[in-house]
Amino acid sequence: MLLFFFCASCSNENVDTYVPTPSPLQIPQLFQNNLLTPVVPQDNPQTIEGIALGKKLFFDPILSADNTQACVDCHAQENAFTDTDQFSDGIDGFFGKRNSMPLFNLAWNYDEKFFWDGRVFSLEHQAFQPVTDPLEMHNTWPQVEQKLQQHSEYPNLFEQAFGTSTIDSSLVSKAIAQFERTLISSNSKFDQHLLGEATLTTKELNGFNVFMDETKGDCFHCHGSDKNPLWTDNIFHNNGLDVTIIDLGLGEVTGDPADNGKFKTPSLRNLAFTAPYMHDGRFATLDEVINHYSEGLQNSPTIDPLMKKVDQGGVQLSAQDKADLKAFLLTLSDYHFIDNN
Amino acid sequence: MQKIFPILFFSLLTLLSCGTDNDDNVSQAIVTFNFSHNWDGVAVTNSNFNTIQYTNANGEELSITKLRYLISNITFQKSDGETIVLDGYNLVDVTNNANLTFSPTTTIPPGSYSNVSFTFGFNNEDNYNNNYADLNAASWSVPGMLGGGYHYMQLEGRFINDIMTQTGYVFHAIRAVDNTGATQVFEDTFFEVDLGEVTITNNVTFEINMNIAEWFKNPNTWDLNVLNNMLMPNFNAQMMMFQNGQDVFSLNAVNQ
Repeated sequence: MLLFFFCASCSNENVDTYVPTPSPLQIPQLFQNNLLTPVVPQDNPQTIEGIALGKKLFFDPILSADNTQACVDCHAQENAFTDTDQFSDGIDGFFGKRNSMPLFNLAWNYDEKFFWDGRVFSLEHQAFQPVTDPLEMHNTWPQVEQKLQQHSEYPNLFEQAFGTSTIDSSLVSKAIAQFERTLISSNSKFDQHLLGEATLTTKELNGFNVFMDETKGDCFHCHGSDKNPLWTDNIFHNNGLDVTIIDLGLGEVTGDPADNGKFKTPSLRNLAFTAPYMHDGRFATLDEVINHYSEGLQNSPTIDPLMKKVDQGGVQLSAQDKADLKAFLLTLSDYHFIDNN
Repeated sequence: MQKIFPILFFSLLTLLSCGTDNDDNVSQAIVTFNFSHNWDGVAVTNSNFNTIQYTNANGEELSITKLRYLISNITFQKSDGETIVLDGYNLVDVTNNANLTFSPTTTIPPGSYSNVSFTFGFNNEDNYNNNYADLNAASWSVPGMLGGGYHYMQLEGRFINDIMTQTGYVFHAIRAVDNTGATQVFEDTFFEVDLGEVTITNNVTFEINMNIAEWFKNPNTWDLNVLNNMLMPNFNAQMMMFQNGQDVFSLNAVNQ
Protein backbone atom coordinates (compact mmCIF):
# COMPACT_ATOMS: atom_id res chain seq x y z
CA MET A 1 0.00 0.00 0.00
CA LEU A 2 2.74 2.43 1.02
CA LEU A 3 4.86 1.41 -1.94
CA PHE A 4 1.95 2.20 -4.24
CA PHE A 5 1.49 5.60 -2.58
CA PHE A 6 5.11 6.60 -3.07
CA CYS A 7 5.19 5.33 -6.66
CA ALA A 8 2.01 7.19 -7.51
CA SER A 9 3.31 10.43 -6.02
CA CYS A 10 6.43 10.25 -8.16
CA SER A 11 4.87 9.18 -11.43
CA ASN A 12 4.07 12.70 -12.70
CA GLU A 13 7.72 13.72 -12.58
CA ASN A 14 8.46 11.58 -15.60
CA VAL A 15 6.13 13.45 -17.93
CA ASP A 16 8.17 15.06 -20.72
CA THR A 17 7.07 18.71 -20.84
CA TYR A 18 8.49 21.37 -23.13
CA VAL A 19 10.68 23.89 -21.36
CA PRO A 20 11.99 26.96 -23.22
CA THR A 21 15.59 27.98 -22.68
CA PRO A 22 16.08 30.01 -19.49
CA SER A 23 17.68 33.40 -19.99
CA PRO A 24 18.02 35.11 -16.61
CA LEU A 25 18.45 38.88 -16.59
CA GLN A 26 22.04 40.04 -16.66
CA ILE A 27 22.16 42.20 -13.56
CA PRO A 28 24.67 45.06 -13.80
CA GLN A 29 27.37 45.26 -11.15
CA LEU A 30 26.09 48.52 -9.67
CA PHE A 31 22.58 47.16 -9.38
CA GLN A 32 23.93 43.95 -7.89
CA ASN A 33 25.89 45.94 -5.32
CA ASN A 34 23.19 48.38 -4.32
CA LEU A 35 19.69 47.20 -5.15
CA LEU A 36 17.22 44.43 -4.53
CA THR A 37 16.84 41.73 -7.12
CA PRO A 38 14.63 42.66 -10.08
CA VAL A 39 10.98 41.69 -10.28
CA VAL A 40 10.42 38.70 -12.57
CA PRO A 41 7.11 36.89 -12.03
CA GLN A 42 7.30 33.16 -11.42
CA ASP A 43 4.68 32.55 -14.10
CA ASN A 44 6.66 34.44 -16.73
CA PRO A 45 10.35 33.59 -16.40
CA GLN A 46 12.82 35.07 -18.86
CA THR A 47 13.57 32.71 -21.74
CA ILE A 48 15.50 33.08 -24.97
CA GLU A 49 12.43 32.19 -27.01
CA GLY A 50 10.09 34.43 -25.01
CA ILE A 51 12.41 37.43 -25.25
CA ALA A 52 12.89 36.94 -29.00
CA LEU A 53 9.14 36.68 -29.50
CA GLY A 54 8.55 39.78 -27.39
CA LYS A 55 11.10 41.73 -29.39
CA LYS A 56 9.49 40.70 -32.67
CA LEU A 57 6.07 41.73 -31.38
CA PHE A 58 7.44 45.02 -30.07
CA PHE A 59 8.71 45.95 -33.52
CA ASP A 60 5.74 44.54 -35.48
CA PRO A 61 2.81 46.81 -36.51
CA ILE A 62 0.59 43.73 -36.57
CA LEU A 63 -0.63 44.68 -33.09
CA SER A 64 -2.36 47.81 -34.43
CA ALA A 65 -5.77 47.74 -36.08
CA ASP A 66 -4.53 48.84 -39.51
CA ASN A 67 -1.04 47.35 -39.33
CA THR A 68 0.62 50.76 -39.34
CA GLN A 69 1.89 51.21 -35.80
CA ALA A 70 4.22 49.18 -33.62
CA CYS A 71 5.31 49.75 -30.02
CA VAL A 72 8.66 50.94 -31.34
CA ASP A 73 7.05 53.85 -33.17
CA CYS A 74 6.60 55.67 -29.87
CA HIS A 75 9.42 53.84 -28.07
CA ALA A 76 12.45 54.05 -30.33
CA GLN A 77 15.79 52.74 -29.19
CA GLU A 78 17.71 55.84 -30.30
CA ASN A 79 15.56 57.78 -27.83
CA ALA A 80 15.99 55.30 -24.99
CA PHE A 81 12.69 53.78 -26.07
CA THR A 82 10.61 56.94 -26.08
CA ASP A 83 10.06 59.41 -28.93
CA THR A 84 10.80 63.08 -29.54
CA ASP A 85 7.21 64.30 -29.64
CA GLN A 86 5.40 66.09 -26.85
CA PHE A 87 2.43 63.83 -27.50
CA SER A 88 2.37 60.80 -29.76
CA ASP A 89 -0.31 60.18 -32.33
CA GLY A 90 -2.11 56.88 -32.78
CA ILE A 91 -3.24 55.13 -35.94
CA ASP A 92 -6.19 57.49 -36.37
CA GLY A 93 -4.05 60.60 -36.06
CA PHE A 94 -5.35 61.49 -32.61
CA PHE A 95 -2.89 62.56 -29.92
CA GLY A 96 -2.76 61.41 -26.32
CA LYS A 97 -2.34 63.80 -23.38
CA ARG A 98 0.84 62.31 -21.93
CA ASN A 99 4.42 62.17 -23.12
CA SER A 100 5.60 58.71 -24.17
CA MET A 101 7.65 57.19 -21.36
CA PRO A 102 11.15 55.86 -21.97
CA LEU A 103 11.59 52.15 -21.30
CA PHE A 104 14.53 50.80 -19.32
CA ASN A 105 15.26 49.13 -16.00
CA LEU A 106 11.58 48.30 -15.70
CA ALA A 107 12.25 45.12 -13.71
CA TRP A 108 13.52 47.30 -10.87
CA ASN A 109 10.18 49.06 -10.47
CA TYR A 110 9.46 47.23 -7.23
CA ASP A 111 5.94 48.55 -6.71
CA GLU A 112 5.14 47.48 -10.28
CA LYS A 113 2.95 50.51 -10.92
CA PHE A 114 3.32 51.54 -14.54
CA PHE A 115 2.43 54.58 -16.67
CA TRP A 116 2.78 58.19 -15.53
CA ASP A 117 -0.24 57.76 -13.27
CA GLY A 118 0.48 54.23 -12.04
CA ARG A 119 -2.79 52.92 -13.37
CA VAL A 120 -1.51 49.46 -14.23
CA PHE A 121 0.02 46.88 -11.92
CA SER A 122 2.76 44.72 -13.42
CA LEU A 123 4.58 44.82 -16.71
CA GLU A 124 2.52 41.87 -17.92
CA HIS A 125 -0.62 43.99 -17.69
CA GLN A 126 0.96 47.15 -19.09
CA ALA A 127 1.05 45.98 -22.71
CA PHE A 128 -2.68 45.36 -22.75
CA GLN A 129 -3.48 49.07 -22.77
CA PRO A 130 -1.75 50.58 -25.85
CA VAL A 131 -3.09 47.84 -28.09
CA THR A 132 -6.73 48.70 -27.42
CA ASP A 133 -6.40 52.42 -26.61
CA PRO A 134 -8.36 54.37 -29.28
CA LEU A 135 -5.65 57.03 -29.18
CA GLU A 136 -2.92 54.49 -29.88
CA MET A 137 -3.20 51.18 -31.74
CA HIS A 138 -6.98 51.13 -31.54
CA ASN A 139 -7.27 47.40 -31.94
CA THR A 140 -9.21 44.65 -30.17
CA TRP A 141 -7.58 41.66 -28.62
CA PRO A 142 -9.70 39.11 -30.52
CA GLN A 143 -8.54 40.76 -33.74
CA VAL A 144 -4.90 40.73 -32.62
CA GLU A 145 -5.13 37.09 -31.62
CA GLN A 146 -6.74 36.16 -34.93
CA LYS A 147 -4.09 37.97 -36.99
CA LEU A 148 -1.25 36.40 -35.05
CA GLN A 149 -2.86 32.97 -35.20
CA GLN A 150 -3.14 33.17 -38.99
CA HIS A 151 0.40 34.47 -39.41
CA SER A 152 2.97 32.20 -41.04
CA GLU A 153 5.50 32.50 -38.19
CA TYR A 154 3.85 33.47 -34.94
CA PRO A 155 2.12 30.18 -33.98
CA ASN A 156 5.45 28.41 -34.13
CA LEU A 157 7.19 31.18 -32.19
CA PHE A 158 4.56 31.01 -29.42
CA GLU A 159 4.98 27.23 -29.39
CA GLN A 160 8.71 27.70 -28.83
CA ALA A 161 8.24 30.40 -26.21
CA PHE A 162 5.32 29.03 -24.23
CA GLY A 163 4.75 25.47 -25.38
CA THR A 164 1.50 26.25 -27.13
CA SER A 165 0.67 27.53 -30.58
CA THR A 166 -2.70 28.80 -29.38
CA ILE A 167 -2.18 32.53 -29.12
CA ASP A 168 -3.95 34.70 -26.60
CA SER A 169 -3.54 38.21 -25.28
CA SER A 170 -1.91 37.15 -22.06
CA LEU A 171 0.89 35.35 -23.89
CA VAL A 172 1.41 38.35 -26.17
CA SER A 173 1.74 40.57 -23.13
CA LYS A 174 4.02 38.11 -21.37
CA ALA A 175 6.39 37.98 -24.32
CA ILE A 176 6.54 41.76 -24.63
CA ALA A 177 7.17 42.03 -20.86
CA GLN A 178 10.06 39.58 -21.15
CA PHE A 179 11.62 41.68 -23.89
CA GLU A 180 11.06 44.93 -22.01
CA ARG A 181 12.80 43.51 -18.94
CA THR A 182 15.95 43.06 -21.00
CA LEU A 183 16.11 46.81 -21.68
CA ILE A 184 18.72 47.50 -19.03
CA SER A 185 20.62 50.76 -18.96
CA SER A 186 23.65 50.77 -16.68
CA ASN A 187 26.64 51.98 -18.64
CA SER A 188 26.61 55.76 -18.46
CA LYS A 189 29.67 57.85 -17.75
CA PHE A 190 28.51 58.21 -14.15
CA ASP A 191 28.10 54.45 -13.83
CA GLN A 192 31.64 54.08 -15.10
CA HIS A 193 32.76 56.75 -12.62
CA LEU A 194 31.21 54.78 -9.75
CA LEU A 195 33.01 51.67 -10.95
CA GLY A 196 36.32 53.55 -11.14
CA GLU A 197 36.41 53.37 -14.91
CA ALA A 198 35.84 57.04 -15.79
CA THR A 199 36.67 60.42 -14.31
CA LEU A 200 34.17 63.24 -14.04
CA THR A 201 35.09 66.82 -14.89
CA THR A 202 35.09 69.48 -12.20
CA LYS A 203 31.80 70.82 -13.57
CA GLU A 204 30.19 67.37 -13.51
CA LEU A 205 31.38 66.73 -9.95
CA ASN A 206 30.05 70.07 -8.78
CA GLY A 207 26.79 69.28 -10.56
CA PHE A 208 26.55 66.02 -8.62
CA ASN A 209 27.07 67.97 -5.41
CA VAL A 210 24.31 70.41 -6.37
CA PHE A 211 22.10 67.39 -7.02
CA MET A 212 22.85 65.87 -3.60
CA ASP A 213 22.87 69.09 -1.56
CA GLU A 214 19.65 69.63 0.36
CA THR A 215 20.29 73.38 0.37
CA LYS A 216 20.70 73.51 -3.41
CA GLY A 217 19.18 71.07 -5.87
CA ASP A 218 18.04 68.47 -3.36
CA CYS A 219 17.19 66.22 -6.29
CA PHE A 220 18.22 62.99 -4.56
CA HIS A 221 15.13 62.60 -2.41
CA CYS A 222 13.06 61.73 -5.49
CA HIS A 223 15.61 60.97 -8.17
CA GLY A 224 17.95 58.46 -6.55
CA SER A 225 21.65 58.76 -5.95
CA ASP A 226 24.89 56.88 -6.21
CA LYS A 227 23.24 54.41 -3.82
CA ASN A 228 20.09 54.15 -5.91
CA PRO A 229 21.38 54.02 -9.48
CA LEU A 230 17.90 53.77 -10.93
CA TRP A 231 17.81 57.58 -10.57
CA THR A 232 14.15 57.46 -9.61
CA ASP A 233 12.20 56.49 -6.53
CA ASN A 234 9.41 55.18 -8.79
CA ILE A 235 6.98 57.07 -6.57
CA PHE A 236 4.38 59.70 -7.45
CA HIS A 237 4.81 63.39 -6.67
CA ASN A 238 3.30 66.74 -7.52
CA ASN A 239 6.42 68.65 -8.56
CA GLY A 240 4.80 72.06 -8.73
CA LEU A 241 4.00 72.40 -12.39
CA ASP A 242 0.60 74.09 -12.11
CA VAL A 243 -1.48 76.19 -9.77
CA THR A 244 -4.65 74.66 -11.16
CA ILE A 245 -4.44 70.96 -11.80
CA ILE A 246 -6.24 69.82 -14.92
CA ASP A 247 -4.66 66.40 -15.45
CA LEU A 248 -5.24 64.66 -12.13
CA GLY A 249 -2.60 61.96 -12.68
CA LEU A 250 -2.50 59.50 -9.81
CA GLY A 251 -5.60 61.18 -8.36
CA GLU A 252 -7.64 60.02 -11.33
CA VAL A 253 -6.58 56.44 -10.57
CA THR A 254 -7.01 56.42 -6.80
CA GLY A 255 -9.94 58.84 -6.57
CA ASP A 256 -8.14 60.54 -3.68
CA PRO A 257 -7.94 64.33 -4.09
CA ALA A 258 -4.68 64.22 -2.13
CA ASP A 259 -3.16 62.45 -5.15
CA ASN A 260 -4.25 65.05 -7.68
CA GLY A 261 -1.40 66.26 -9.84
CA LYS A 262 0.94 63.47 -8.81
CA PHE A 263 2.92 61.69 -11.50
CA LYS A 264 5.61 59.06 -11.42
CA THR A 265 9.15 60.30 -10.92
CA PRO A 266 10.91 59.63 -14.22
CA SER A 267 14.43 58.24 -14.17
CA LEU A 268 17.13 60.78 -14.94
CA ARG A 269 19.03 58.25 -16.99
CA ASN A 270 19.30 58.98 -20.68
CA LEU A 271 18.05 62.56 -20.56
CA ALA A 272 20.23 63.29 -23.59
CA PHE A 273 17.84 61.19 -25.67
CA THR A 274 14.44 61.63 -24.04
CA ALA A 275 13.36 65.25 -24.56
CA PRO A 276 10.79 66.68 -24.20
CA TYR A 277 10.35 66.33 -20.45
CA MET A 278 7.60 65.98 -17.82
CA HIS A 279 4.42 63.91 -18.05
CA ASP A 280 3.01 66.32 -20.61
CA GLY A 281 6.27 67.03 -22.40
CA ARG A 282 5.98 70.73 -21.65
CA PHE A 283 9.70 71.37 -21.37
CA ALA A 284 11.72 71.03 -24.54
CA THR A 285 15.14 71.33 -22.92
CA LEU A 286 16.95 70.38 -19.74
CA ASP A 287 17.55 74.08 -19.10
CA GLU A 288 13.81 74.61 -18.90
CA VAL A 289 13.51 71.73 -16.44
CA ILE A 290 16.24 73.10 -14.19
CA ASN A 291 14.77 76.60 -14.37
CA HIS A 292 11.42 75.15 -13.29
CA TYR A 293 12.85 73.77 -10.07
CA SER A 294 14.97 76.86 -9.53
CA GLU A 295 12.45 79.63 -10.14
CA GLY A 296 9.27 78.24 -11.66
CA LEU A 297 7.51 76.21 -8.96
CA GLN A 298 3.76 76.74 -8.73
CA ASN A 299 1.97 76.23 -5.42
CA SER A 300 -1.08 73.98 -5.20
CA PRO A 301 -2.80 72.00 -2.45
CA THR A 302 -0.96 68.77 -3.27
CA ILE A 303 2.50 70.07 -4.10
CA ASP A 304 5.13 67.84 -2.54
CA PRO A 305 6.75 69.24 0.60
CA LEU A 306 10.09 68.36 -0.98
CA MET A 307 9.48 71.24 -3.42
CA LYS A 308 11.09 73.85 -1.23
CA LYS A 309 11.01 77.66 -1.33
CA VAL A 310 7.85 77.55 -3.36
CA ASP A 311 7.05 81.12 -2.34
CA GLN A 312 10.26 82.17 -4.11
CA GLY A 313 9.58 79.91 -7.08
CA GLY A 314 12.20 77.35 -6.07
CA VAL A 315 15.74 76.81 -4.87
CA GLN A 316 17.25 79.78 -6.75
CA LEU A 317 20.30 78.09 -8.19
CA SER A 318 23.12 80.24 -9.51
CA ALA A 319 23.88 80.20 -13.22
CA GLN A 320 27.04 78.24 -12.50
CA ASP A 321 25.21 75.63 -10.42
CA LYS A 322 22.58 75.26 -13.12
CA ALA A 323 25.20 74.68 -15.78
CA ASP A 324 27.06 72.21 -13.59
CA LEU A 325 23.88 70.39 -12.65
CA LYS A 326 23.06 69.99 -16.32
CA ALA A 327 26.57 68.70 -17.00
CA PHE A 328 26.14 66.11 -14.26
CA LEU A 329 22.69 65.05 -15.45
CA LEU A 330 24.07 64.39 -18.90
CA THR A 331 26.64 62.00 -17.43
CA LEU A 332 23.69 59.71 -16.66
CA SER A 333 23.05 59.12 -20.35
CA ASP A 334 24.02 55.69 -21.58
CA TYR A 335 25.18 55.77 -25.19
CA HIS A 336 25.81 52.03 -25.16
CA PHE A 337 22.15 51.47 -24.38
CA ILE A 338 20.86 53.24 -27.47
CA ASP A 339 23.43 51.53 -29.71
CA ASN A 340 23.19 48.05 -28.24
CA ASN A 341 21.45 45.49 -30.41
CA MET B 1 5.18 -7.17 13.92
CA GLN B 2 6.61 -6.17 10.52
CA LYS B 3 3.17 -4.87 9.49
CA ILE B 4 2.57 -3.01 12.72
CA PHE B 5 5.89 -1.14 12.77
CA PRO B 6 5.16 1.25 9.85
CA ILE B 7 1.75 2.05 11.32
CA LEU B 8 3.28 2.84 14.71
CA PHE B 9 5.99 4.90 13.03
CA PHE B 10 3.60 7.08 11.04
CA SER B 11 1.24 7.41 14.00
CA LEU B 12 4.10 8.68 16.13
CA LEU B 13 5.18 11.04 13.36
CA THR B 14 1.68 12.43 13.11
CA LEU B 15 1.41 12.99 16.84
CA LEU B 16 4.78 14.72 16.99
CA SER B 17 3.97 16.98 14.09
CA CYS B 18 0.81 18.16 15.83
CA GLY B 19 2.64 18.91 19.07
CA THR B 20 4.12 22.17 17.82
CA ASP B 21 0.68 23.73 17.41
CA ASN B 22 0.54 24.30 21.16
CA ASP B 23 2.51 27.47 21.86
CA ASP B 24 2.13 27.47 25.62
CA ASN B 25 5.45 27.66 27.41
CA VAL B 26 7.51 27.59 24.24
CA SER B 27 11.18 26.69 24.29
CA GLN B 28 11.95 29.68 22.08
CA ALA B 29 9.66 32.69 21.89
CA ILE B 30 8.83 34.54 18.71
CA VAL B 31 9.02 38.27 19.27
CA THR B 32 6.73 40.68 17.44
CA PHE B 33 6.71 44.45 17.53
CA ASN B 34 3.59 46.35 16.49
CA PHE B 35 3.96 50.04 15.76
CA SER B 36 1.07 52.44 16.15
CA HIS B 37 1.01 56.23 16.10
CA ASN B 38 -0.90 59.06 17.68
CA TRP B 39 -0.98 62.81 17.97
CA ASP B 40 -1.25 63.56 21.68
CA GLY B 41 -3.51 60.57 22.19
CA VAL B 42 -5.50 60.70 18.95
CA ALA B 43 -4.71 57.74 16.74
CA VAL B 44 -2.92 58.51 13.47
CA THR B 45 -2.90 56.22 10.45
CA ASN B 46 -2.27 56.97 6.82
CA SER B 47 -6.00 57.56 6.40
CA ASN B 48 -5.50 60.71 8.48
CA PHE B 49 -2.74 61.98 6.23
CA ASN B 50 -2.93 64.95 3.87
CA THR B 51 -5.41 66.97 5.91
CA ILE B 52 -4.36 69.88 8.09
CA GLN B 53 -5.81 68.79 11.43
CA TYR B 54 -2.98 68.76 14.00
CA THR B 55 -1.59 71.62 16.05
CA ASN B 56 1.96 71.50 17.32
CA ALA B 57 3.27 72.91 20.58
CA ASN B 58 4.16 76.16 18.87
CA GLY B 59 0.58 76.60 17.68
CA GLU B 60 1.09 75.79 14.00
CA GLU B 61 -1.62 73.80 12.26
CA LEU B 62 -0.21 71.06 10.12
CA SER B 63 -0.81 67.90 8.15
CA ILE B 64 1.28 64.78 7.67
CA THR B 65 1.95 63.55 4.15
CA LYS B 66 4.74 61.09 4.80
CA LEU B 67 6.10 59.23 7.82
CA ARG B 68 8.80 56.58 7.66
CA TYR B 69 11.37 55.69 10.30
CA LEU B 70 13.94 53.06 11.02
CA ILE B 71 14.34 50.93 14.13
CA SER B 72 17.11 48.41 14.76
CA ASN B 73 19.04 46.52 17.40
CA ILE B 74 16.19 45.06 19.38
CA THR B 75 17.92 43.96 22.56
CA PHE B 76 16.88 41.77 25.47
CA GLN B 77 19.03 42.19 28.53
CA LYS B 78 19.15 39.91 31.56
CA SER B 79 19.97 41.03 35.08
CA ASP B 80 23.31 39.26 34.90
CA GLY B 81 24.30 41.45 31.97
CA GLU B 82 23.75 38.87 29.26
CA THR B 83 22.21 40.44 26.17
CA ILE B 84 20.44 39.01 23.16
CA VAL B 85 20.38 41.27 20.12
CA LEU B 86 17.82 40.25 17.51
CA ASP B 87 18.95 40.37 13.91
CA GLY B 88 17.53 42.82 11.47
CA TYR B 89 16.01 46.26 11.28
CA ASN B 90 12.64 47.58 10.25
CA LEU B 91 11.69 50.55 8.10
CA VAL B 92 8.26 51.47 9.47
CA ASP B 93 6.34 53.02 6.58
CA VAL B 94 3.17 54.63 7.88
CA THR B 95 2.50 56.32 4.55
CA ASN B 96 2.01 53.00 2.82
CA ASN B 97 0.76 51.13 5.87
CA ALA B 98 3.76 48.83 5.53
CA ASN B 99 6.04 47.18 8.09
CA LEU B 100 3.87 48.25 11.02
CA THR B 101 4.50 44.76 12.36
CA PHE B 102 8.00 43.39 12.70
CA SER B 103 8.99 39.89 13.73
CA PRO B 104 12.75 39.38 13.74
CA THR B 105 13.93 36.00 12.52
CA THR B 106 15.76 35.39 15.78
CA THR B 107 13.78 33.92 18.66
CA ILE B 108 14.63 34.23 22.33
CA PRO B 109 14.45 31.84 25.27
CA PRO B 110 11.63 32.48 27.76
CA GLY B 111 12.63 33.99 31.05
CA SER B 112 12.95 37.25 32.90
CA TYR B 113 14.62 40.17 31.21
CA SER B 114 15.61 43.30 33.10
CA ASN B 115 15.20 45.50 30.03
CA VAL B 116 14.06 45.37 26.45
CA SER B 117 15.13 48.10 24.06
CA PHE B 118 15.47 49.09 20.43
CA THR B 119 17.44 51.74 18.62
CA PHE B 120 15.75 54.60 16.79
CA GLY B 121 17.78 54.74 13.59
CA PHE B 122 21.07 52.90 13.25
CA ASN B 123 24.04 52.95 15.57
CA ASN B 124 27.21 54.07 13.81
CA GLU B 125 28.43 50.55 13.16
CA ASP B 126 25.22 49.59 11.40
CA ASN B 127 24.90 52.96 9.71
CA TYR B 128 28.26 52.99 7.99
CA ASN B 129 29.49 49.43 7.74
CA ASN B 130 26.77 47.92 5.62
CA ASN B 131 25.19 48.58 2.25
CA TYR B 132 21.47 47.81 2.57
CA ALA B 133 19.89 47.03 -0.80
CA ASP B 134 16.34 47.41 0.46
CA LEU B 135 17.07 50.79 2.04
CA ASN B 136 18.91 51.99 -1.07
CA ALA B 137 15.95 50.96 -3.21
CA ALA B 138 13.70 52.91 -0.82
CA SER B 139 15.84 56.04 -1.42
CA TRP B 140 16.73 56.02 2.26
CA SER B 141 20.45 56.79 2.02
CA VAL B 142 22.12 60.01 3.16
CA PRO B 143 24.39 61.95 0.78
CA GLY B 144 28.10 61.35 1.18
CA MET B 145 28.64 65.08 1.78
CA LEU B 146 26.69 64.61 5.03
CA GLY B 147 28.68 61.57 6.02
CA GLY B 148 26.69 58.93 4.20
CA GLY B 149 24.77 56.22 5.97
CA TYR B 150 21.00 56.31 6.16
CA HIS B 151 18.07 58.42 7.25
CA TYR B 152 16.56 57.66 10.65
CA MET B 153 13.21 59.27 9.89
CA GLN B 154 11.34 61.14 7.17
CA LEU B 155 8.37 63.13 8.44
CA GLU B 156 6.79 65.48 5.93
CA GLY B 157 3.65 67.50 5.54
CA ARG B 158 2.24 70.98 5.18
CA PHE B 159 1.57 73.67 7.72
CA ILE B 160 -0.02 77.09 7.82
CA ASN B 161 2.74 79.61 8.21
CA ASP B 162 2.87 83.10 9.75
CA ILE B 163 1.31 84.69 6.69
CA MET B 164 -1.48 82.11 6.60
CA THR B 165 -0.11 80.28 3.59
CA GLN B 166 0.15 76.54 3.34
CA THR B 167 3.75 75.52 2.94
CA GLY B 168 5.66 72.27 3.15
CA TYR B 169 7.85 71.00 5.95
CA VAL B 170 10.45 68.27 5.60
CA PHE B 171 11.53 66.93 8.98
CA HIS B 172 14.25 64.39 8.24
CA ALA B 173 16.38 62.93 11.02
CA ILE B 174 19.95 61.77 10.35
CA ARG B 175 23.22 61.68 12.27
CA ALA B 176 24.06 65.32 13.03
CA VAL B 177 26.96 66.75 11.08
CA ASP B 178 28.54 70.19 11.23
CA ASN B 179 29.92 71.02 7.81
CA THR B 180 30.91 74.60 8.57
CA GLY B 181 34.53 73.95 9.49
CA ALA B 182 37.46 72.49 7.64
CA THR B 183 36.57 69.03 8.88
CA GLN B 184 33.17 67.53 9.50
CA VAL B 185 32.08 67.22 13.13
CA PHE B 186 29.54 64.54 13.95
CA GLU B 187 27.22 64.00 16.90
CA ASP B 188 25.27 60.80 17.40
CA THR B 189 21.53 61.24 17.14
CA PHE B 190 20.36 57.64 17.20
CA PHE B 191 18.95 56.75 20.58
CA GLU B 192 17.91 53.75 22.58
CA VAL B 193 14.25 53.33 23.45
CA ASP B 194 13.92 51.41 26.72
CA LEU B 195 10.76 49.37 27.18
CA GLY B 196 11.50 48.14 30.71
CA GLU B 197 11.52 44.68 32.20
CA VAL B 198 9.49 41.75 30.97
CA THR B 199 9.04 38.10 31.85
CA ILE B 200 8.50 36.02 28.76
CA THR B 201 6.61 32.76 28.95
CA ASN B 202 5.26 32.55 25.42
CA ASN B 203 5.47 34.14 22.02
CA VAL B 204 5.30 37.84 22.81
CA THR B 205 4.04 40.99 21.14
CA PHE B 206 5.19 44.48 22.13
CA GLU B 207 2.77 47.27 21.30
CA ILE B 208 4.89 50.34 20.59
CA ASN B 209 3.42 53.78 20.11
CA MET B 210 4.91 56.95 18.67
CA ASN B 211 3.40 60.26 19.73
CA ILE B 212 4.23 62.31 16.66
CA ALA B 213 3.44 65.57 18.45
CA GLU B 214 6.41 64.98 20.76
CA TRP B 215 8.82 65.63 17.89
CA PHE B 216 7.75 69.28 18.06
CA LYS B 217 7.35 69.67 21.80
CA ASN B 218 9.89 68.85 24.46
CA PRO B 219 12.41 70.19 25.39
CA ASN B 220 12.48 72.27 22.19
CA THR B 221 9.28 73.96 21.09
CA TRP B 222 9.65 73.62 17.35
CA ASP B 223 8.89 76.68 15.24
CA LEU B 224 8.06 75.44 11.77
CA ASN B 225 8.20 78.98 10.43
CA VAL B 226 11.91 78.93 11.15
CA LEU B 227 12.78 75.27 10.75
CA ASN B 228 10.74 73.69 8.00
CA ASN B 229 13.17 72.54 5.33
CA MET B 230 16.83 71.83 4.57
CA LEU B 231 17.22 70.36 8.05
CA MET B 232 19.56 67.49 7.14
CA PRO B 233 22.67 69.71 6.97
CA ASN B 234 21.45 71.77 9.94
CA PHE B 235 23.47 70.48 12.89
CA ASN B 236 21.45 72.29 15.54
CA ALA B 237 18.14 71.13 14.07
CA GLN B 238 19.34 67.53 14.14
CA MET B 239 20.37 67.86 17.78
CA MET B 240 16.97 69.33 18.60
CA MET B 241 15.25 66.40 16.90
CA PHE B 242 17.43 64.05 18.91
CA GLN B 243 16.47 65.80 22.14
CA ASN B 244 12.76 65.89 21.32
CA GLY B 245 12.80 62.28 20.22
CA GLN B 246 13.56 60.97 23.70
CA ASP B 247 9.90 61.07 24.75
CA VAL B 248 8.35 60.09 21.45
CA PHE B 249 8.00 56.34 21.98
CA SER B 250 6.05 54.51 24.64
CA LEU B 251 5.10 50.93 25.37
CA ASN B 252 1.36 50.41 25.27
CA ALA B 253 1.22 46.74 26.16
CA VAL B 254 3.04 43.42 26.17
CA ASN B 255 0.86 40.56 25.04
CA GLN B 256 1.74 36.89 25.26
